[in-house]
Amino acid sequence: MEGMTTPVEAEQTLGEDTSAGDQPWQTIVWNDPVNLMSYVTYVFQKLFGYSRDHATKLMLDVHHKGRAIVTSGSKEKVEGDVAKLHAAGLWATMEQT
Amino acid sequence: MKGWRRKGGRVLGGFEQQEAAVLRGLVSQVDDMLRARAEEAPQDELAELTGIKTGPSEGPDDPVLGRLLPDFHKLDPDQPSQEDVDSASALRSLHEPQVLDAKLGAAAELMNTLPPEGGNIKLTYEQADAWVSALNDVRLALGTALDVDDDMPEELPEDDPRSSHLGIYHWLTWVQESLVQALTE
Repeated sequence: MEGMTTPVEAEQTLGEDTSAGDQPWQTIVWNDPVNLMSYVTYVFQKLFGYSRDHATKLMLDVHHKGRAIVTSGSKEKVEGDVAKLHAAGLWATMEQT
Repeated sequence: MKGWRRKGGRVLGGFEQQEAAVLRGLVSQVDDMLRARAEEAPQDELAELTGIKTGPSEGPDDPVLGRLLPDFHKLDPDQPSQEDVDSASALRSLHEPQVLDAKLGAAAELMNTLPPEGGNIKLTYEQADAWVSALNDVRLALGTALDVDDDMPEELPEDDPRSSHLGIYHWLTWVQESLVQALTE
């Protein structure tokens, strides 16, 4: 897992609007009864550099819809993302689009 | 423990001796489980030669370890496709050693910064980040063992064997929530 030297407060927007359309693999995070909503948001910000708003939206999708696509891209990128999410304790899987 | 707060680039908190003992005990139990799992990794000459560790291809039988180390694909519980099963095995072998290293590293950081006798502690953001992950792993382990679901009440009837453990689970939830707030406020 990547270390963190500053609190998550930077408003970064890079990668936010990446369309999943042309990307062959997707990272999916599933709802589970243990992970805290605040922690899930924190992990999305920390691992993927998402803004607080975007991370919160994804977290709410996980919470209400049961799942959310959090990243997409090459197989190598997505399996790395899933491994990082597992290290953080989130229930993540990957699938081909 | 009265909650965490941020001050001067550090995250401050404090634990009573009994709280420190409970938390250290739980973290070391999870640590033992993860270490035992790491020892299941196949030892082969190629791995020794290249230094690239390979993990087991099959998921853990134990439900607690299974939650800490999930499959990389969502497998149909009744009839998973062979392609998905093979791919999930390959991905597990490849990535599980790093996932275990990250979890063991976070647990070690918590143990190193929480004195057995308790007291006030001062964490860097990096250490606090390790703490929040280690606390999460302990909650996942305890939550799985207690069969926590979305409808879990605050308290269980006294004759329920899970009732005292549930109190600890809710306490850990509060400690983690407070730490996330301190890191993100």
